[in-house]
Amino acid sequence: MTIAGRGAWRIAWPCLALALLLIALPRMGPVFHAWMPELRAPVYTRTSFVALTAAHIGLVGMATLIAVVLGLGIGILATRPATRSLLPTVRAVAVIGQTFPPVAVLAIAVPLLGFGAAPTLLALCLYGVLPVLGQTVAGIENVSRPALDAADGMGYGRWRKLWEVELPLAAGPIMAGVRLSAIVSVGTATIGSAVGASTLGAPIIEGLVSNNTAYVVQGALLVAALAMSIDAVLAWIERYVRRGLV
Amino acid sequence: MIELDHVTRRYGETAVIDDLSLRIEGGELFVLVGPSGSGKSTLLRTINRLISIDDGAIRIDGRDVREVPVASLRRGIGYAIQSVGLFPHRTVAENIATVPRLLGWPAARIRARVDELIAMLQLDGENVLDRYPHALSGGQQQRVGVARALAAEPAIMLMDEPFGALDPLTRDALQSSIQAIHAQTGTTIVFVTHDMDEALRLGERIGLMESGRLLQVGTPLELLRDPACERVRAFVGGENPGLRELSVRRVRSVLRDGEASSAPAVDADATLQQALATMLEHGSDVLRVRDAKGTTLGVLHLTDLLARKP
Repeated sequence: MTIAGRGAWRIAWPCLALALLLIALPRMGPVFHAWMPELRAPVYTRTSFVALTAAHIGLVGMATLIAVVLGLGIGILATRPATRSLLPTVRAVAVIGQTFPPVAVLAIAVPLLGFGAAPTLLALCLYGVLPVLGQTVAGIENVSRPALDAADGMGYGRWRKLWEVELPLAAGPIMAGVRLSAIVSVGTATIGSAVGASTLGAPIIEGLVSNNTAYVVQGALLVAALAMSIDAVLAWIERYVRRGLV
Repeated sequence: MIELDHVTRRYGETAVIDDLSLRIEGGELFVLVGPSGSGKSTLLRTINRLISIDDGAIRIDGRDVREVPVASLRRGIGYAIQSVGLFPHRTVAENIATVPRLLGWPAARIRARVDELIAMLQLDGENVLDRYPHALSGGQQQRVGVARALAAEPAIMLMDEPFGALDPLTRDALQSSIQAIHAQTGTTIVFVTHDMDEALRLGERIGLMESGRLLQVGTPLELLRDPACERVRAFVGGENPGLRELSVRRVRSVLRDGEASSAPAVDADATLQQALATMLEHGSDVLRVRDAKGTTLGVLHLTDLLARKP
């Protein structure tokens, strides 16, 4: 098998696993019944798993998009000569922000935004910005000095240097930040169901509340498969981005 | 022509370039030499405005560099540095094409120019065009760095210790390349080094710097024979000023008519130091002098080495 073929397989198998779970889980009532015979309803049916997965992906996708725009934007600003004075503050906020638990952000957001997807999106965005921001700053700061000196000496303009030299050379770390941000969001989004957002957290939380372990297992399996699928797809994108934006 | 007119650059209270004036002629290969911290690299970087000056003026062909938009000033000046600074995400061909691309040359012209430079820097035959910099040896990387600096046919090249990190053999080959390129293109080259042998070998004129000032400016022979002060004598002459002098004079300048068909041969463009080495090697006090085609031009006697001719 060629290297490209093996790369494709690495993306394909988590996605296949997710698809299989989505097809099989609703039909696995007898299996879960045999495993936990005391449960009256062994498979979660309030909303279809497909709908929950789609909603989950939508929420995570939106949050990651906003996180990338904000994180990249602030990271670029903080490394420009004119606005470099922001850098220590940005670094401090990024580090401190990471220490807030997402549940706390949700608890604060609900009184402001009400129940539903909105407070969850806010929590995911706030949380997702930090890895992208941190990695953008680190990536740009670590671009080889001689390459930058040469770029200046050859007459690159400020923005062209950013686009053609700094960002391509920082693309690896930045994409690692994007991956981390998306993966953290997939996990965190499940908590959103506690405040009424439609996500794969719904069966988990309902299972915990009604002492239905089968629901928890079903939700957890889907969330895990989704996280691995998203990670695999982003890893594949990262490989291409590392080779250069231009 | 580059004119530096009472240039001063300070870092805090210290003047790293101290009221320095210098005139570098068009087409010259000028070497700035001096110990670390003498300000020679800083001076070089003021010419393309990578470092700004606090007092004085720098003019290229009569025009103050501060009047030229900085990007177009730099695109018109080649720049090669010790750490090379090739773009790791670009192939060799793309690296070389950097400035022509910034200048918006058509693709066909860029392609032709890249091929020309690959030949000029003896990188042809090695299939380097589509490789990435990390796959090249140090010497190849610096050849690509020099090719990139020459790409847009600049009238001026600034070179900041470009060969300082290379092994002696590679450095020697690159020094020869630079001399050939200079002879071929007529580009004005300002070359910074801390290596006096390199300065004496390459420089048509040499400016010796210390503490932000020029101690002396002159041809290699002038610096060796007529040092302006003890510092210059110590720095230029080193431990063997006599041998250094032989290293900057050519056989061509002292050969005389005669026949010595059985004597060992020496090239007319070799240095007198190389000629002396050949004499020692063969135990002969006379050499046959030939040109590059092998035609005998005359002879060189041991006593000719002792004559203080130019």
